[in-house]
Amino acid sequence: MRIGVFICHCGSNIAGTVDCPSVAATALKYPDVVFSTDTMYACSEPGQDAIIQAVKEKNLDGVVVASCTPRMHEQTFRRAVERAGLNRYMFEMANIREHVSWIGKTKDLNTGKASELVRMAVEKLRRNRPLTAKRFETTKRVLVIGGGVAGIQAALDCADGGQEVVLVEREQSIGGKMAKLDKTFPTVDCSSCVLGPKMVDIAQHPKITLYTCSEVESVGGYVGNFQVTVRRKATYVDWTKCTGCGLCVEKCPSRKHPDPFNENLCNAPSINIPFPQAIPKKAAINPVSCLMLTKGKCGACAKVCPVKCIDFEQKDELVTVDVGAIVVATGYDLFDWHKYPQYGEGRYKDVITSMQYERLLSASGPTGGHVKRPSDGKEPKNVVFIQCVGSRDKSVNRPYCSGFCCMYTAKQAILTKDHIPDSQSYVFYMDIRSPGKLYDEFTRRAMEEYGAQYVRGRVAMIYPKGDKLIVRGADTLAGTQVEVPADLVVLAVGAEAAKGAVQLGEKLRVAPDQYGFFVESHPKLKPVETNTAGVFLAGACQGPKDIPASVGQGSAAAAKVLGLLSKAMLESDPAVSRVNPARCVGCGKCIQTCPFGAIKEVQDRFGNPKAEVIDTVCQGCGICTVTCPQGAIQLEHFTDNQILAEVNALCPPKMFANYE
Amino acid sequence: MSYGESLYQFGASVRGGGVSKRSIRYIASPGTSFQSTGRFAVPYRKLGMPMQIFDLATADQGFIAEVEARSHQNVKTCYQCGNCTAGCPYTFAYDYSVSQIMRLVQTGQKDAVLKSRSIWLCGSCQSCTTRCPNKIDVALVMDVCRHMSREAGYATERSVKVFADSFLASVERHGRAYELGLMASYMTRSGRVFTDVDLAPQVLMRGKLPFKPHPIQGREQVARIFERFRKGGKNA
Repeated sequence: MRIGVFICHCGSNIAGTVDCPSVAATALKYPDVVFSTDTMYACSEPGQDAIIQAVKEKNLDGVVVASCTPRMHEQTFRRAVERAGLNRYMFEMANIREHVSWIGKTKDLNTGKASELVRMAVEKLRRNRPLTAKRFETTKRVLVIGGGVAGIQAALDCADGGQEVVLVEREQSIGGKMAKLDKTFPTVDCSSCVLGPKMVDIAQHPKITLYTCSEVESVGGYVGNFQVTVRRKATYVDWTKCTGCGLCVEKCPSRKHPDPFNENLCNAPSINIPFPQAIPKKAAINPVSCLMLTKGKCGACAKVCPVKCIDFEQKDELVTVDVGAIVVATGYDLFDWHKYPQYGEGRYKDVITSMQYERLLSASGPTGGHVKRPSDGKEPKNVVFIQCVGSRDKSVNRPYCSGFCCMYTAKQAILTKDHIPDSQSYVFYMDIRSPGKLYDEFTRRAMEEYGAQYVRGRVAMIYPKGDKLIVRGADTLAGTQVEVPADLVVLAVGAEAAKGAVQLGEKLRVAPDQYGFFVESHPKLKPVETNTAGVFLAGACQGPKDIPASVGQGSAAAAKVLGLLSKAMLESDPAVSRVNPARCVGCGKCIQTCPFGAIKEVQDRFGNPKAEVIDTVCQGCGICTVTCPQGAIQLEHFTDNQILAEVNALCPPKMFANYE
Repeated sequence: MSYGESLYQFGASVRGGGVSKRSIRYIASPGTSFQSTGRFAVPYRKLGMPMQIFDLATADQGFIAEVEARSHQNVKTCYQCGNCTAGCPYTFAYDYSVSQIMRLVQTGQKDAVLKSRSIWLCGSCQSCTTRCPNKIDVALVMDVCRHMSREAGYATERSVKVFADSFLASVERHGRAYELGLMASYMTRSGRVFTDVDLAPQVLMRGKLPFKPHPIQGREQVARIFERFRKGGKNA
């Protein structure tokens, strides 16, 4: 075998702490290495051309590049090797940047380690063999999980792009958090007016199937061919018949349970349509509070329903859908502010969240858009907004900035003045974060035109005095304490990962970060991809985002999906497990351990049971290879022999030592 | 103990702002001219005093390092949210609010910190520590600054130092505080003869102010703690 070695300087990234020419010189002594050189940027066009030229001139049949992580440029070099006429798997990469130059400062030690990593790569390459990818067809259908604004946008764009879409939403209606908002910043236009048409489009689009009150139960398969089971929870209403007339909602006598859509500010009937613009506009029964379902008597809704669609016997239903790609748009939840003792931990009725205030402002809210404080229904005159509640706070494990609270607080201060002209708003803030088109102008307007008093400092206590709440905080710019007698205190609660996101991530094999937000494939260059091929992210499930950013990412995810499904065939990675039938005893242990169901039992021509790998399903994780007691199953490109050769290169057994 | 209040009984809160419609109340320290306070870190304290200019380039790195080492706190994590100041019950008496002390420590303004009144008036109630979103033990930083101030020979609030000295002397001699002796010592050394004298009848009636000291068992051991501290303690 004739191997060529290329040691990349990566500018000064590697060459700064590794003697690259010396590594190249050492590499020339390794077995089968016939050519070795160092290069400034191996990934650049001249760098790749040099590799191709060397392959042709020196008649190489294997290439080692020692540079950055394979996650960065393995594909680049594989393609270069392929252009030179070699099989793309006759290439190995030694990571001497992330594993050497960036972490060590001593040049001679780094140089030694780099040389050893190159030796490992050479030893592995000597045992590589050409591999060819299998091609397979894809299912032309997309699953979008989450019907908030990001999911709606992704679903519409995919459907407009010609793909069939299945949209799964946990709640009764799509719309997500945006449907609860009164107005949106920085234009102060009505939230449901701009979202409503998109929601209607979802309902009417011929290519979109909508499952609300549904959750993803399990996910199997792989990119291009996922099998997803969706649990459609019982609504106790036959939605094929329900017209959404609302008679049942009017007549329901059970109204003792809080209304989650109105942020528990009021109670909701047990059979309900959450809001006027709900899509689908169908009634559903809450089985926790329904008298018929809990006590067995009532049935008022069934009596009044003109189309007789109430069905107390309805059960959850499992639906299986085959899809080629998945967009995750599960959004966020709001921080539970009750952890803060300084805001009263829920003792004061007039301390509410920003989302509750949003419902008080909304015309479809419990007060019909008249701001009335929860304790006595009075119109508040002094409204205090406290920002960064559950944001930028290490003590509650939320060190990140939620990003949108500064903006919605400014909006709410403006709306407060609009609703109650003789009111005065006070905003306690730490820093105002308003990067975005027309954003900073908007916060300035809240101060300059609407007279919101911004106080730079936090609030350390709230205590009642008469029918007021005294808010004591700091004004760090004045360097002193301040007190405000407030009628209403609104907490700008931050965003946190949606409940159940981690569990869903497990099903989709998408990793959550330490706060439960899904991790994208690359923070800058692959913001919508995940490390699982075929699964994409949109909206706040990846990190707190405002509406424009969520919509943008929804469209971006759709573009990725359309790009993926536009290919007639996909290629599978040939680095998969392979069974040696002569060695396999048919014990079936690999079948049990395979997390992807990629191994099946077959019979050879004598009727003996043997294991067989389904190439397109296998993800190349290697669990079966360590399970097999016979060593009959091997992972291509990572065989036991190759890994042992690497280990031996690093720690040579005595008989191999000093072969230089 | 209403120490601060008795010191500044005339210096309660002042109304500020001058905007009649707004009902925000500024609680400032006595003598502070509110109009003059909206500036970086240091409101000037008395009318007619010139503004102080801190040269940021001459930040005393050694001071920052010493405060951090002795308090085991990373003062760089403070982002000046003001929660400590918001909760502090002594802000009305301070010359620099707690968050300003933290800022001065961050910028290495050794003299300003060590000569400030605030670090001596701090009651160590831990409100600041409890509220800090960055988990800084702010009260401990105040403590360390007070120790350093004392070591540097400052006692901006002399009577606080005198009280602490009198208290410790009493404990050293009797193994516990002898209240009447402590009172006598404090009054003579501070010259503040009528401090809390209005409380005397009640306290006497309840037997909280015995005329004779009550030495405890093992007071020699307590005295030895003081001895050991003086011998080995570099901060003595």
